[in-house]
Amino acid sequence: MKLQRKNRLRALSLGAIAVSGALALTACGSDDNGSGSKASGAPSGSANASSIKCDSAKGQLLSDGSSAQKNAIDAWVKNFSQACGVQINYKAGGSGAGVTSFTQGQIPWAGSDSALKPEEVTASKSVCKGGQGIDLPMVGGPIAIGFNVNGVDNLVLDAPTLAKIFDGKIKNWNDPAIAALNKGVKLPDLKIQAFHRSDDSGTTDNFTKYLKAATPDNWKYSGGKTWQASGGQSAAQSSGVAQQVKQTNGAIGYFELSYVGDGVKAVSINTGASKPVAPSTDSATKAIAAAKVVGTGKDLSLKLDYNTKADGAYPITLVTYEIVCDKGNKADTLPTVKSFLNYMASEDGQKILSGISYAPMPDEIISKVRTTIAGLS
Amino acid sequence: MSTAAVTDKRPNSLRSGHLPKWSPWAIAGGSVVVAAGIGLGAGLSSKVEWGLIAAILYVLGTFVIATMVEGKRQAKDRVATSLVWVAFLIAVIPLVSLIWTTVKRGVKVLDPYFLTHSMGIVADSEPGGGIYHAIIGSLEQVGLATLIGAPIGVLTAVYLVEYGRGKLARAVTFFVDVMTGVPSIVAGLFILSLMLMLDMQPFGFAGSLALAILMMPVVVRSTEEMLKLVPNELREASLALGVPKWRTILKVVLPTSIGGITTGIMLAIARIAGETAPILLLVWGNSFINNNPFSGAQQALPLYIYQQYANSSGSTAAYDRAWAASLTLIAFVMILNLVARGIARWKAPKTGR
Amino acid sequence: MDISTKTTDASPPTPQPAAAGKRGAARSTSRPGDRIFLGLSRGSGILLLVIMAAIAVFLTYRASLAISKDHGNFLTSFEWNTNIDPPVFGIAVLAFGTVVSSVIAMALAVPIAVAIALFLTHYAPRRMSGPVAYVVDLLAAVPSIVYGLWGALVLVPHMNGLFGWLNDYFGWTGIFSWDGGAPRSMLTVGILLAIMILPIITNVSREVFRQVPQMHEEAALALGATRWEVIRMAVLPFGRSGVISASMLGLGRALGETMAVATVLSPDFDIHASLLNPGGGTFAQNIASKFGEATEQGRDALIASGLILFVITLLVNGAARAIIARRKEYSGANA
Repeated sequence: MKLQRKNRLRALSLGAIAVSGALALTACGSDDNGSGSKASGAPSGSANASSIKCDSAKGQLLSDGSSAQKNAIDAWVKNFSQACGVQINYKAGGSGAGVTSFTQGQIPWAGSDSALKPEEVTASKSVCKGGQGIDLPMVGGPIAIGFNVNGVDNLVLDAPTLAKIFDGKIKNWNDPAIAALNKGVKLPDLKIQAFHRSDDSGTTDNFTKYLKAATPDNWKYSGGKTWQASGGQSAAQSSGVAQQVKQTNGAIGYFELSYVGDGVKAVSINTGASKPVAPSTDSATKAIAAAKVVGTGKDLSLKLDYNTKADGAYPITLVTYEIVCDKGNKADTLPTVKSFLNYMASEDGQKILSGISYAPMPDEIISKVRTTIAGLS
Repeated sequence: MSTAAVTDKRPNSLRSGHLPKWSPWAIAGGSVVVAAGIGLGAGLSSKVEWGLIAAILYVLGTFVIATMVEGKRQAKDRVATSLVWVAFLIAVIPLVSLIWTTVKRGVKVLDPYFLTHSMGIVADSEPGGGIYHAIIGSLEQVGLATLIGAPIGVLTAVYLVEYGRGKLARAVTFFVDVMTGVPSIVAGLFILSLMLMLDMQPFGFAGSLALAILMMPVVVRSTEEMLKLVPNELREASLALGVPKWRTILKVVLPTSIGGITTGIMLAIARIAGETAPILLLVWGNSFINNNPFSGAQQALPLYIYQQYANSSGSTAAYDRAWAASLTLIAFVMILNLVARGIARWKAPKTGR
Repeated sequence: MDISTKTTDASPPTPQPAAAGKRGAARSTSRPGDRIFLGLSRGSGILLLVIMAAIAVFLTYRASLAISKDHGNFLTSFEWNTNIDPPVFGIAVLAFGTVVSSVIAMALAVPIAVAIALFLTHYAPRRMSGPVAYVVDLLAAVPSIVYGLWGALVLVPHMNGLFGWLNDYFGWTGIFSWDGGAPRSMLTVGILLAIMILPIITNVSREVFRQVPQMHEEAALALGATRWEVIRMAVLPFGRSGVISASMLGLGRALGETMAVATVLSPDFDIHASLLNPGGGTFAQNIASKFGEATEQGRDALIASGLILFVITLLVNGAARAIIARRKEYSGANA
């Protein structure tokens, strides 16, 4: 019995040590890794911070949605948090997850690669008391067609060739259709390995929308976030597709511009303009400028012109919307959301985008966005 | 066979021929040489193929030589021995490669700064930041899940083995079987629908509940197996001395199988410590420190690793952080494992193996 | 589970302390401590049952919502598109892929895991078995996302050689034909899953083999048995039920594995005869792939696929239980 008591005592003291250790541990971390320490290479100077209007922004904000705009949000959050001391928590779980959480009332705003569908607007009415969810175009981005072919540095393709490559109709890099667009480039006799997304994605949606609009004869699929063409190989997330393209000689795939580099080169698109257009933030903004606002009321959803032939306009682009309630936002989060959206749409906010491979919104559209944000309630 | 030099049959009245002690090594060396010869001769480029040929030659060689020298039974024994060794070596290669890759890539950014700072406002594509917030989150969520899941799991297993008969036990067994294959995201969705009903915001403990659900079947299954292995003689001896059944279970049955039970619980913890999906749904993720698991979004290590890998636009800094966090997660489970083994050894009866 | 009848004649076939109390006043189950303990353990059994049943009901309800909207055939459609209206989805490809990858994983992992467990308990030098056992423990703890990263970065590039070899010599079977795509196929998934579950099965099997009564082994040795004969006659029969249980734990993880599969497989919605060409998919991988962009209706469809995984798990576990039951005369220490 004595022995047992001793054991029990020992167990108790062990437990006490464990608990106090855990408690001690919770006190030794730090959120502070701001300007002075390791955080270098910030996309923008702290000079911007001064122009941020915090108003009565406070506390913590949860949000979810498109992973395509994750880096833009990160950069904005960095500046905004430094200026206003607000914790903003953007999860980037996907547009669908974001919209679902928004219509379930878990988050005050969501990010999405596609505008709300009618049934989603209906669902949002139960969360937005007296109002509904609206789309605010905030971030643009070119979708780069990345390729990895040994010995080829520049490649020009047009919509029909792209469609045939991704549909498995053109199987070899020395196909006459590719050669005709690339005079003087020595194309190897190599199998084309086309990679697409295995998960549903707004990037797939916009890429196939482009193919369908620009060359309906060669791309007969209905489109949407799910890849429908047969053939080709798939990988999870943009990072997975980019990695496969990097690893595989003869590969081609589509992803955000920031994945280009490090062995992966971007295809220039022959749109019918005077010369082929390479993906860049400027060329994407130019293409988005040709878009029409089709949303009604306060909704600002856009219809992109995939057939644009304007010089220097890159046609394969993606626009990410911020989704909020026009009326009936929750009172405790409204000021924070409003001032953060204000910052995103401000000149300073849009200016930092091009430094991190995103396209700022054209002036005409962003000014409408600013007016709408001011009217949120 | 190049090593067939070992053919000296020593006549012995009691034992038939016996291979000398060094013969396995000799056969192994011989088969490697021959395999390399075949590989070079046939122009096989893959070293893996060379290894496989060597392994096959080794097993065959052992069998032939041992049959010739020692007879069939001994030959079988030797083949079994060599097969076990070969299986071990085959398995070691990928496992060592896995640990090596993680350590090599993980140590790059792993330093005290990394361990004691959160990501805070550092963007995922930039260098800097740390995983403190994720460590705290993981510790609290997994700890709470274990506090709920392990006792329920062990007690259920005790019930099934020591008391359980009849409909209830059968029903429990049935559902435990079903639950072993539930995808973690489904458990997450289940808790999420409860949360939406109660209009709650994401918080750490919700994740713990889902993790506990995932943990219980694993604990029940392995504990059940270990309890069944406790010899009845022990139970009978204890009961015969007039010890009540509950004390018999607590003082005799459980301590006897404590090693196996601990292993089972460790396996379960290891499994839930690496879960991403329920955390993503229920705990949300957070780049700031939140010490309170009962209120507000938290981060966890697996979710952190996943986000650094998938959402960072291919930034090398993020991949480095992902590997470092993986290494931390493994170390975390390893330390836990050591502690558990220590407790098991200390609590287990001193006799036996 | 013949323990309780053998040990305590007091405990009745149905665990009802009241009934036991009536039968014998001084019997163990009537003591307050016993009643509390029985109540506790039965309580947790019931709690577990309630939770599991609640989940099953929840799943069935959400799944039925989805299936009623499905415009394809839920069981046979080779498509998964829930973002269009009406949605079209079917689980044929997923069921096939899940079963195939798990079968490959089990076929590779179980023999090797048993061999390693034997190695650790009966063959390895003592100096070696301790550290190796520890490393195996550690590997069981490696989270699946790390296996996924490793699989995509290290394993997949190394599979090219094996795939070429299989195609050269066994390509004629059709199962092992390969047309030179990236080796991100069902076979790679199977191998990665095998590597993942190997430590789990080894761990539990080792623990079981260690419990083999030493007397059994010594008796066999005394009869002049070789080490292999000891293992075959004393160790394996004793450990059979334990090894099957261990395999079931491993299988549970293989069936439900998400991230590792998602990172090394190039999925599509088609059933391919060849294990080497990319394509196919598993339930958990599909859930992970489609969840981010899924709407409410898409989530229901994914839950419906989870329900089928439920059923498959159940069938497999049932089969395993049947095997254990048939072999009961050998199982456990109380044979």
